[in-house]
Amino acid sequence: MKTDKPRFVRTVVSGAVALLLAGAAYAQGQAVKIGLLATLEGPFAAGGADGMRGAELAVKQRGGTVAGRKVEIIKASSNANPDVAVNAARKLVEQDKVDILVGPLSGSEGIAVKDYSRGQPQTTFINGGSGAQATTLVNPSPNFFRFNTEGAQWMVGLGKAAISKGYKRVMVIAEDYAFPYSQVQGFMSEFCRLGGKVPIKAWVPLGGKDYASTIARIPKDVDALLVVLGGADAVNFLNQYEAAGGDKPILGGSITVSQDVLNYKGKRRESLVGTLSAGPLADAFDGADWKAFVEDYRKNYPVSAGGYPSPSLFAFVYYTNMKAALDGLEAAGGDLSNNHQKYRAALSKLELKTPTGIVRLDANRQAIGTTFVTEVVKDASGNLLNKVHSKVDGVEQLLGMKKEEFQIGSRDVPACP
Amino acid sequence: MSAAHWRRAMNRGAGQAQPLRDRFVAAASASSSVLQDRSPPGGRGPGAFGGATTVGQPSFGFWQALMRALGMLRLRHLAALLLLLAFPWIGNDFLTYQIGAQALALGLITLSLTFLGGYGGMISLAQMSIAGVAGYTVAILGASGAEISLGWPWWAAVAFGLGFAVLSASFVGWLSVRTEGIYTIMITLAFGVAFYYLALQNYSLFNGFQGFQRVHAPEVFGVSFRKPLPFYFLCLACALAAYLLVKWTIRTPFGIALQGVRDNPRRMAALGFDVTAHRVAAYGLAGLLAGLGGVLLVWYNGLITPGSINTGWLINVLVMAVLGGMSHPLGAFLGALVFVLLQTFAIDLFDRERFNLVIGAVFLLIVLFSPDGLLGLWSGLRKRMTK
Repeated sequence: MKTDKPRFVRTVVSGAVALLLAGAAYAQGQAVKIGLLATLEGPFAAGGADGMRGAELAVKQRGGTVAGRKVEIIKASSNANPDVAVNAARKLVEQDKVDILVGPLSGSEGIAVKDYSRGQPQTTFINGGSGAQATTLVNPSPNFFRFNTEGAQWMVGLGKAAISKGYKRVMVIAEDYAFPYSQVQGFMSEFCRLGGKVPIKAWVPLGGKDYASTIARIPKDVDALLVVLGGADAVNFLNQYEAAGGDKPILGGSITVSQDVLNYKGKRRESLVGTLSAGPLADAFDGADWKAFVEDYRKNYPVSAGGYPSPSLFAFVYYTNMKAALDGLEAAGGDLSNNHQKYRAALSKLELKTPTGIVRLDANRQAIGTTFVTEVVKDASGNLLNKVHSKVDGVEQLLGMKKEEFQIGSRDVPACP
Repeated sequence: MSAAHWRRAMNRGAGQAQPLRDRFVAAASASSSVLQDRSPPGGRGPGAFGGATTVGQPSFGFWQALMRALGMLRLRHLAALLLLLAFPWIGNDFLTYQIGAQALALGLITLSLTFLGGYGGMISLAQMSIAGVAGYTVAILGASGAEISLGWPWWAAVAFGLGFAVLSASFVGWLSVRTEGIYTIMITLAFGVAFYYLALQNYSLFNGFQGFQRVHAPEVFGVSFRKPLPFYFLCLACALAAYLLVKWTIRTPFGIALQGVRDNPRRMAALGFDVTAHRVAAYGLAGLLAGLGGVLLVWYNGLITPGSINTGWLINVLVMAVLGGMSHPLGAFLGALVFVLLQTFAIDLFDRERFNLVIGAVFLLIVLFSPDGLLGLWSGLRKRMTK
């Protein structure tokens, strides 16, 4: 023990000096501390890592400073469980004392962090990627902002496109949790209003392997199927539907017609051509801002460094929200005094320029933005890809309904059998 | 407490230096009538011990045990208690709540496994599920953000939560006690996974994937237990009570018989003890501890979802128990504290995208160098110092 003493003293002294220096930097009011929370573990680990890339890109584009203040990013991780997300957020807010928190990534995490934000008025919370409707509709928190649109908004326009294709009766096959409920609501509220009918809704468990009983329930007289299944579930369903000899056209949710599905090699591959889906971004969108964003993403995160060929949904929404956090700071002149009063006013009024168009906030601090309807087409070399079918601007969270008549989507809401 | 320890404790208590083994034999041969008197399915088995080994010694009353424990108080106990009481003023609100209270609540759940494993020789992976039963009951019967909650007063919800935890733990025990070792682990794991999927896919009772949000600790006599300081002391009181309960239980005739069952079930059965009943009762008591921890944990998080009882958490309870050491109830809380500290701060120590490596490495190191966890490190250190 005796020999260790000098080292111990040295550690304590250097630690104290470091603390003093850190304290001095804080006192000068130089750096703005932004906490960045995404899922680096669990089922969305890949999406969370891409979300972090998107958020970092927004900081890089400003050269790491905003309104004359340096931006310091402190990252934290969760695993898509709300309790873990709140623990990570609490550490960022109460221990690391961040000014602004950007995150979390998934739906139920978002609701939990929003509930937590109500008790922390000194910090401004800006959503990361989570898209649950209830986050801003039920018991909204005055210091929680969301600059991305959510699950129901992402499906607006698909109902109209389906009607114009001549689909009058559609069966719904979707996973049994909040995100697909909201997606189905986004589709049905428009589709039913235009005279469409949904005779059957089949809710299947997340990660289900066997769709035989669902396929057996598909009635003869429906014109198409709305399939809101994620990744592997979608491919499993397509395989089994083909094996059972099914031939109905398919409408997809926002995460259904992913690259996995487009790379599908089964016999029904040809019949995927013409499949409609909807979402907040479209790889093939030819807007100048979008192209510049994709270019910038590719330059900073080439495939060799772990990036994707094109920014994922999570990179896009994290980029959007982090950009909003920084643009708001710029507009407020970096003034975070008085519990962020000026900053929050600036955020509420912000006309955010995103790669897909202008985003504004509604009274619940929820984004009003753009949705794309896409269609699967075959290119000259036989590859399947998503082409932009139509673009809907100014999509609101209440989907054009009045506040009194709007109900959050669930297994039974809405209904038009 | 190792087998040698409890034998010594036993001997000291009875005021005899006779080895336990001999006393069992003496008890068995001297009075077969005592064995017949024993109430058969009660599980407490007081006959053999009450009749033969506690001659001339006051009975094991809780208050007497408490008084004796007070007499045994050492300076280090007082120091530890003072440190625990002063902790909120040493740290800030964050440390009090996220580190202190969370470690105590998780420690309670781990204690239920330490009790089962250390004194009953049964490793159950379902302890987090038992805690989840209590947590879900509080969320379903009490108040929450979900519409299907019944909104009962908190004390009724908590009472039912603990009751269901004990019932379900006894059920798991009854299912698994006839198995040994790896098979016990498999059966309890199966129960845990089944309960996870039930909670995930049932909407009418468990609210499926979304679970229950806004399940907050109550306000009692003007004290809001949602605040860090009161909640910390609530957890501390529960943890201390549970710790003393376990310390007391292992010295009762039931506890000593349980340790006998751990060491040699066949001999205990031959002596007339109902091995199954002892084990099921141990599961029931562990269920009470886990249920208490589960209620505190659901209040701590303010929510419960299937993610709170998934396989990862089932294993984490075992990790905490092994990390701390299963030879003493203290190990459960030590293990939980180290686990919570790592979960919270490992991300600051290392590459933020790979911080789970730190957690894994620390776990590996401790298990590699001290099979009995942190407690083993401590006792090894003490042995070296006294040498």
